[in-house]
Amino acid sequence: MAQAEATLPSVRYVSQRRRLWRTFTQNRAALVGLAMVAIIVFVAVAAPLLAPHDPLEQSVVNRLTPPSEGYPLGRDDYGRDILSRIIYGARAALLVGIISVAFGGLLGTAMGTVAGFRGGRVETTIMRVVDVMLAFPDLITGLLVAAVLGGGMTNLILAIGLTIAPRFARVAHGPTLSLKNKDFVEAARALGARDGRLLLVHIVPNVAGELLVLASLWTASAIRLEASLSFIGLGVQPPTPSWGQMIRDGTIHLTDVPLFSLAPGIALLLTVLAFNLLGDGLRDALDPKAQA
Amino acid sequence: MAVYALKRILLAVPTLLAVLTLIFIIVRVVPGDPATAALGDYASKEAVEALRQRMGLDKPLYVQYVDFLSGLLRGDLGRSLISSQPVIDQIRFALPHTIELAVAAILIGLVLGIPVGIITAVRRNTMVDYVGRVLSLAGLSFPAFYLGILLLYFFSVRWRLFPTLGAGNFSDPLANLHHLALPAISLGLIETAYIGRMTRSVMINVLGDDYVRTARAKGLSNRVVLLRHAFRAALIPIVSLVGIFAISLIGSSVLTEIVFSRPGLGRLMVGAIRQRDYTTVQSIMVIYACFIVFINLITDLVYGLVDPRVRYE
Repeated sequence: MAQAEATLPSVRYVSQRRRLWRTFTQNRAALVGLAMVAIIVFVAVAAPLLAPHDPLEQSVVNRLTPPSEGYPLGRDDYGRDILSRIIYGARAALLVGIISVAFGGLLGTAMGTVAGFRGGRVETTIMRVVDVMLAFPDLITGLLVAAVLGGGMTNLILAIGLTIAPRFARVAHGPTLSLKNKDFVEAARALGARDGRLLLVHIVPNVAGELLVLASLWTASAIRLEASLSFIGLGVQPPTPSWGQMIRDGTIHLTDVPLFSLAPGIALLLTVLAFNLLGDGLRDALDPKAQA
Repeated sequence: MAVYALKRILLAVPTLLAVLTLIFIIVRVVPGDPATAALGDYASKEAVEALRQRMGLDKPLYVQYVDFLSGLLRGDLGRSLISSQPVIDQIRFALPHTIELAVAAILIGLVLGIPVGIITAVRRNTMVDYVGRVLSLAGLSFPAFYLGILLLYFFSVRWRLFPTLGAGNFSDPLANLHHLALPAISLGLIETAYIGRMTRSVMINVLGDDYVRTARAKGLSNRVVLLRHAFRAALIPIVSLVGIFAISLIGSSVLTEIVFSRPGLGRLMVGAIRQRDYTTVQSIMVIYACFIVFINLITDLVYGLVDPRVRYE
């Protein structure tokens, strides 16, 4: 070791993780995305400290009032503080976005890797279902599943998760096919590893990078889906504040209190943008070839 | 080409069948009974039973499945659970409005997106490129309905340039176009972001290829190199991705139709979901499925036309 350092003084071992971190931090857009995500998470967690008012507190006499002292964005059709509702809305957005991606991601990864690993009829069946589900745009699948399951936060998470799962399955499936015949997998098998261990310890970690990028980009889409379904009325149910629902309730009052609808939209836009930036940055860090 | 086309068309049949089967299953796994769902919890047993019979829900599942498929072959989509009218009539009214919107949005996306993609690729890492990339990422992050509301607010509510509601009549093209403008622009701008971003990355790949360097070395003008050599090669991936965007457009058009209160398939579907009218929901899903299989088919055929290698695979 000492000899190697003597002959090659400039070469230092850089762990892969550190190299990834370095590529990631050199990407300004990705850092902006990461910072934005951190701020949004902070807002969601610290909502009770940040919000000037109770998001559910109604005041009939102060319905639909324009911005005023103490109510910088005005009050909605129940006299509730719009700013406080936007701050609390971050909770619904992140909760649904993150949990549905975790659920859909795990389910999809399991489907894709098991299909690729097992082959045969299991693979044909799983991947056929995946292909059919992928044919539909995410909103249509989400709409249909949400219609079947009914509204509410839990069903919404299920609906979005089920919409997302096939997309993870497709991405996890391909690499599994080539990985399962690699020597290190054969070696582990020869040492007596069972299928479950081969999948979890040897295959999934090798697909994890791509899945992480997918998870970040799909969190952006899941948040957008949550807002879209809530906008339609199939998502988060009132009175829980949700941006999509606020945007919908506000559209009727565009003429008198435009911020009712426009302000939550900006929060939504920034949140989706943050996760997209983060996902793009991760992809560039993990795959130098894709750097464009 | 004829053989390839025929093969591809025949391949679409099993795909369509698989999709239809999945729709059939999903609509059947509704928790509880669709008839009860449509009539509400307080409906009498007799009324629910009568509706079950009318819907054919009392028959065994495989009979329902065969009825469903044979009905489709005859162009019979069943009757709405709410209005008892044939669903096909409602769809016949809504469909042209949705197609009009989708076509207009794709055209806007192509006309704006492809030049943006080419310019940002050629001027890579300049100010133009950065601005283009930031705008396109913002476009990707814009929920279609929110962009629609912004346009609605500024152009209709504040400046009163466009109508806020509804769609024009097809017999009056000018009024029709006036109603179409804002919804089409709101969807089209988002398409522009997708198409621009993708054209850029495809063009960057192509511009690094050997034959582009050869073309330049021959002394061809920049314009000829870009349009005749690079862009033509870039068209192949672009064609297949435009097909995918066209399909995703079906999804975002649902929201745009709601924002602008336009008649269309999406609004029909959301209305049917709210009223728990499952025959209508199922029928609209069938139309969507046919749409998607058809767009995929067209994409593959155009692919075969643009890239002769595909035909011999």
